[in-house]
Formats: sequence, structure tokens, C-alpha cells
Amino acid sequence: MTDKTETERSPWADAVLAAALVAVDPAGTVGVALRSLPGLARDRWLATLKSLLPPGVPVRRLPLHIDDSRLLGGLDLAATLRAGKPIAERGILAETDGGVLLVAMAERVSAGTAARLAAVLDNGGVTVERDGIRIDSPTRFGVVALDEGMTEDERPPAALADRLAFRLDFEGVSPEPPADDCPDADDVAAARKRLADVTAPDEVVEALCGTALSLGVDSLRAPLLALAVARAHAALAGRWEISKEDAAIAARLVLAPRATRLPMPPPEEEQPPQDDEPPDQPPPEGENEQPENVEDRPLEDMILEAVKAAIPAGILEQLKLAGRIKPRAPSAGRAGHLQKTKLRGRPAGVRRGEPRSGGARLNVIETLRAAAPWQPLRRREREQSGGQSGLAERTARVEVRKDDFRITRFKQKTETTTIFVVDASGSAALHRLAEAKGAVELLLAECYVRRDQVAMVSFRGKAAELLLPPTRSLVRAKRNLAGLPGGGGTPLACGIDLAVMLADQIRRKGQTPFVILLTDGSANIARDGAPGRPKAEEDALASARALRAAGLTALLVDTAPHPRPLARKIAAEMDAMYLPLPHADAAAISGAIKAVTPPRESLAG
Amino acid sequence: MALVFPFSAIVGQDEIKLALLIAAVDPTVGGVLAFGDRGTGKSTAVRALAQLLPKMKVVVGCPYACDPDKPAPACEHCRGKKEGELKSRQVQVPVVDLPLGATEDRVVGALDLERALTQGVKAFEPGLLARAHRGFLYIDEANLLEDHLVDLLLDVAASGENVVEREGISIRHPARFVLVGTGNPEEGELRPQLLDRFGLSVEVRTPEDLATRIEVVRRRDAFERDPEAFVAKWKKDDDKLRRRLLAAREKLPSVKVPDATLESAAKLCMGLGTDGLRGELTLIRAGRALAAFDGDATVGDKHLRRVAPSALRHRLRRNPLDEAGSTVRVERALQEHFGA
Repeated sequence: MTDKTETERSPWADAVLAAALVAVDPAGTVGVALRSLPGLARDRWLATLKSLLPPGVPVRRLPLHIDDSRLLGGLDLAATLRAGKPIAERGILAETDGGVLLVAMAERVSAGTAARLAAVLDNGGVTVERDGIRIDSPTRFGVVALDEGMTEDERPPAALADRLAFRLDFEGVSPEPPADDCPDADDVAAARKRLADVTAPDEVVEALCGTALSLGVDSLRAPLLALAVARAHAALAGRWEISKEDAAIAARLVLAPRATRLPMPPPEEEQPPQDDEPPDQPPPEGENEQPENVEDRPLEDMILEAVKAAIPAGILEQLKLAGRIKPRAPSAGRAGHLQKTKLRGRPAGVRRGEPRSGGARLNVIETLRAAAPWQPLRRREREQSGGQSGLAERTARVEVRKDDFRITRFKQKTETTTIFVVDASGSAALHRLAEAKGAVELLLAECYVRRDQVAMVSFRGKAAELLLPPTRSLVRAKRNLAGLPGGGGTPLACGIDLAVMLADQIRRKGQTPFVILLTDGSANIARDGAPGRPKAEEDALASARALRAAGLTALLVDTAPHPRPLARKIAAEMDAMYLPLPHADAAAISGAIKAVTPPRESLAG
Repeated sequence: MALVFPFSAIVGQDEIKLALLIAAVDPTVGGVLAFGDRGTGKSTAVRALAQLLPKMKVVVGCPYACDPDKPAPACEHCRGKKEGELKSRQVQVPVVDLPLGATEDRVVGALDLERALTQGVKAFEPGLLARAHRGFLYIDEANLLEDHLVDLLLDVAASGENVVEREGISIRHPARFVLVGTGNPEEGELRPQLLDRFGLSVEVRTPEDLATRIEVVRRRDAFERDPEAFVAKWKKDDDKLRRRLLAAREKLPSVKVPDATLESAAKLCMGLGTDGLRGELTLIRAGRALAAFDGDATVGDKHLRRVAPSALRHRLRRNPLDEAGSTVRVERALQEHFGA
């Protein structure tokens, strides 16, 4: 297909190649996580993908707030009423069988939807158990997750992203005119025929697994996906056996974007930063044996070379970041719906009523159930009343009356996310930091029961950073907290600013943020990172006012051994509660916070 | 649905395989919870188990799949019938999926809509819980299961009986099943009450040595390319394992638990400070099932040692400030009690 060396290929050419490979084997490669704002590049790419797919292959778009009955399938209301017995309707997933599913705004997809998608991808079929029906339909399709996230934190749920072979990022990429060597629809059609018979030599499987391991790619799905991609590439190139080139390209496209470390020749040199390492993983034992293993694996070396060339410079910085906020899905950990509306939340029973004002949702199944016992009686009644009833009524098999209407009531707790803003500077002595960490963990331990989440921002040196994106997971919290270093200046303003930003994001997800600031209030770094106490204090006060303007509820815990007026003043500007706790330990801090935190058991609907 | 990856072909993952087999030998051990990273084959193992399980005898026509030798007292169909009256047949042990997004009526059962609409008959249509009776109920992503379904499950799993009171239907039927859940700890914690319902809890890790990983990928690829041939290739091993399971079930009642073993178990649990007696009970039961599976006549320390991590790790009192995970704590206690 091409004689260009791999490094010469532009990102656009890679993207087109990925589209072709997805078109060859949508179910095997599973798909693409496409990070891009809507625009020319994305439109052109999607058009390319569609043009490569054989005619008649379904391409469906999955809207963000799809409900389960349309996603998985359910009761076809119109047909049910017409026929007088339950008629099932297939959902979007089943309708996409053999084709490609476009997931719109993938970065906003809830963990629940992602889990449903993942189950269908894993099982190769949709299983529905709802509305009194059961459907099993074998379903295989590819997914294109359209990720429009802007910040590092907005990512598609990991459960979904992990299952997709390709990761494309169109930032700064512009579409190019199709090159001569671009595969066309005929090539794809030929490749699809060939695909099933393409064999994988052992050394290819070994090399792909080895490469994944050297790059620190944990999930076993990655080498499997790479193998599927290599096979699709071989088929596209007209080969019956996966070649070295196929494997190298697959590794570059699939494994390189997943790398969590650069392959290093002598393993003993490897000293990754602490928080870089995935959770509770002692350095893998396999690693020590690796030199022997690698020795007689020229293919793996070759692939690694190709992959290394594809990892852009400066990736290590990004990797560190990725390691810290590893499961990037901001909404991971929360099942269910995020919107604050009467029509969402957990169903809290059904009652008789009318779905008139739009303030309630008709529960079709329960309505039919309520009507069912009366059918013979009503039919008789109708017959007795003679032929004057209209045609429509006579053809209606099920007679539903006003009394039968049942509506579903929903209950939704407004979730609270507590944002801890922790002063990790030198002035807030280190042991205070340990206590703050302890308090966060203690509060988190109760979170599952209360359905709350915790996030953590720390500030020290010249800037603030998001240490822990909103989560309910103890595992994540522990991992991220463990790596929190202390020392340096006190950029209090930056800390507050970041908290306000985070609170805004949280609020947009329909949750209630609550800010807890643990500091001694001795700001000495201004917002722009310049040292100097007066400017720093002024900035901190300004940030505090911004917090109040945003209408956030906050609590300031003064951790200084001898509380100073500035902390109190900042609290006043924030309109926050002020709590001086000079000698408290983790348990006391968490106790005090619990005591002053308002109860939050509001139900909607 | 499509063919399932054979149980014997699963590479490594000894802990989850053992836990599932133990639950299959003795369902009273309680369910199995498998928590672990993505892509480690948790679901694969559970689905493979479904194919492995030996068939069971059920009463013909009983909606709740009663055992002809021992019909459940709560079963309306079989109650009051004499022994000779019940015809039986062999069926596959059910492994019922509780998919996310399942509605309450499908889980507990509800008025049969079709019969109600067409014939005006008030009939009960059994739900997932009825189907799972005497088998396994599998919840993937257990930590994402909606709360009201969790509530339902907790009650039924504790009582072994499903009581339905809705739409003018008042019915109770047996629902004894082994709960199997999988999940990813990164997605959030499990409710403590639900955690407690699982007899065994295992941690699933991604294998880290190259050879194992290559083998996993190779087998998976072979399976996906030609499922029939792959399943046929492993049939012998699966059959062998199935026979071993059957033998273990038969042997189970005769396996002795010596006082010394009881004492070991009690000491271990006290040392770890597990809540309640459930930990000890599960430990002993799991140990007995393992002994039966291994063909041993008595339960000894070696059996306890192997099942202790799964039986106890989720029963430790949580101390969020303790950096060491519960697995490490159980290991430490095992070292203390049984020596290295």
C-alpha cells in the first residue's frame, strides 16, 4: 500500500488509515476515540469513514441523553396498543449491528451508559430485560466516540475508551487532499472478504504483547486490539499473513497513544516518579526477565522503534499528568443521571395521575397493567352500547381510560461534591498536610453511603493543581493523595481560583459544590506567580470575592498554630464559615467539618 | 447467544476461578465478588462457568425450576403434590444476567401483560429472580447497579424467597441463587450491605509477565477467529473439570472439619477483627468445598490458607488511614497464624 516510512506520515494520513481499518473490521477494532471540536476536520473524517464503509452498513448516532428503551430496546407502544399484546422494539444498539455507532459528546456520556455500551461490546449482543419483555439479539458494531472535551479532565469514560483501538486528536490537524495511496471503498470491500483468513504468526503476537508491556500498557485489551488492527491492515494490503509492517503500524496507532512510560533499554535504570505508577503495583516481576526475552526478539525492537518515533517529544510531561488523573472520565463513579429535573433520578414508585403538565412521565407499562383486568368488561360494555361508537374505538384492541393512567415519580438526591482546597505550602507545616489528607479520606469513607463525592485541589510553590478530580472511589483518592508533596510558597489566590473553576464545572453537571479551604492564610505568592506578600494578599482577597460572587457555599478551616486576622478576613470576603482549628488531627477536622456541613437530603419531584 | 470462551482455556486468574468453582461445589458459601482492573477477563470467567456447570434435575412445568427430590415449600406449582406426580428433566444450571438498566418488574416479576390484555387473565410472569433460582445471578459492574435494585436483591438474597405484592398479585416463590458480581474499584465503592452478601471476594489483576500475556492474547484471538474449533479443542478439559465438580459435590457432605481447623479459623478471624460470625462460617464452608474439590477427606490448614484471602478480605473493618490494603492485612495474619 505504501512505501513511506512511518515517521513521514502526517496525523491526517494516520486518521484516514484508521478510518479505513475501522471500515474493514468495525467489530474487531471496536473503534475510535476522536477528540475534536466539531469542524471541518471532523466532518471530513466522518465523511471519509462513511464513504469507505460498504453500502447499506448502518451508521447511527447515539444522542447524549438517550434513555434505556431506545438504547437497548423495549416496548413499542404504538404497536402494542394496536396489537393488544406486548410488541418489542429494538434499540439503537441492535439496529447498528454490523455498522458503526457515533457517540455524540462522548466526554459527557455517563458511566451508566458507558457500562451498558461496554456490556454489549463485550458480549457481542444486546440483552434486554425491561418492560415485561426479554430480547437477546447478537449485535456487533464499531464505535466512534466523538469527544469534544476541552480540558484535560473532560474525557470519555474509561470503560468506553479502553475498548476502542484508535485514539485520534484533531487539534491543529487540518484535512489534506486524499493521497494517491489512500485506500478506497473497493480496497475495503476486498479486505473485508479477506479478513477472516488472515493469519497471525506467533512472533507478531509475542511482539505486540511485549511492546505493550514495555510501554507500560496494562490492559490486555490493548494488544488484542493491536492484533485486530494489524490483521485489518494486512487484509487491506492484500496479505494473507500479518507482516512486520502491519504489526508496526498497529503498534504505532494502538499502543503508542496508550503508553504510560517510554521503553527504556536497561530496566534497572527505571525509576518512574511515584505517582506515575498504576495502583498497588510493585515493579512487575516480569520486568527483570525481560532482557532475556527481548534479546532474540528483533521484531519487537523494530516495533518499539516505530512506536518511539510516533511518541511526540514532551510526552513524558503529559504522561505524568495522565498518571495522576488516570481514569479521566470525570463522571466515572456515578451511575444514573446528572440532570436536575423531575423526570430523572431514581424511580420512586408509580401512582395514579395524569401526565398533563409535562411535570410527570407516563408509565406505559403500569398504565397498561392497570387497564388490563378491565378489558373484557369494557369490551362488553362497548358492545352493549351498540354500534354508535366510532371506527377508531372499534379497532382499538386495548381500551385505556383516564383512570388507568399511571405516572412514575422520580426521586433525586442532589449530589454534593465537597472540594477540599489544601494549602500544601511550607508555611502550613507538613504535618498539617497529613492531617488534611486524613480528613479527606475519613470523609470519603462515608461518601458512598451519603452519595457524595470529594475532590481535592492543592496549592504550593507557584500554582494550584487539581489533585483529585471529583470521585467517590477510595482507591483513587488514596493513590492521588499519597503523592501529594508539600513545601514552597503560598499561592492562595491560585488555589481559590481553581476551586471556583472546579465548582462551576460541578454545578454544570447538576451537582452542588461545597468548598472547604484548609489554610493558614499567609498568602505570599500572587496570582501571576510573583512573590510578595502585599500583592499576594490582595489577590487572595479578590479571589475570595470571586468565590462569593459565584454564590458558593464555603468553609475556611484555619490551620495556623496561632490564627491570624488575614484568614478570618478572607473567610469574611468569601462569606464563608470560619473555623480555627489550631491543633486538630484528621479525626477532629473531619468531625468539625461534618458538624458544620448542612444536611443535604433534598428530594426532587 | 454466541459460543462462550471455555473455562479451562482461561489463562491464570486462579483466584477467581477457584472462587467460582467453590461456589459451584457448595452454593451455601455465598456469592462471589470479583473486583479488578479493566480487561482482566472477569466477565469471561463468569460466563465460562455457565457452560461448565453440570446439568440439574428440575420439575417439568415448574416455573421456578424446583428440584423434584426437594421441591421448595414456597413453590405454588409443586406444593402438595406427591413424589410420584412430579416428572423431571435435565436442564442447564441457569446463569442469569442482571443487566444494568433492567426494570424492577423484570427483576421481581409482574403481571403477565400479554395474558392480561388478550385473555383478561391475572397471571404472574416470573422475573429474573425466579429464573436464577438454583443457579447464579450475575451482575456486571455491580457498583453501578441502581440503588432500588440493590435493595431488592439484598432482601431476596437474605431470605431466599421473593415476595411480590403488586398489581393485585400476591405471590411468593423460592429464589435461592448464588450472587456473582464484578466491578472496577475505580468506579466507586460497593454498598457495605451488598458487600456483605458476597461470601467470597477476589481481586483480579492484569497478568504482568510477558509469557502469560502472550498466551491470553493468543487464545483469545484463536477463539474469536474460530469459536467452534476452539471450544471443541478445550471440550475435553472442560469435561474433566465438570466431572471433578460433580465428584466434589458428592463428597462434600462427608468431608470432616476437625476441631483444630475450627480453632484455626476462629483464631484467624479474631486476629483480623472481622465483624460477626459470617467470616468464620464462610471460611469453614469454603475450606470444606475446597477439600471436597481436591478430594481430601478432612479440612486442614492448607485449605483454610488458600481460601482465607477471598473469604475474609472484604470483612475487615475499614480503616481509611491504613495504607495497606485488606489483602495485605489478611496475608499478614495468615503468616502469623500458619507461619510462612
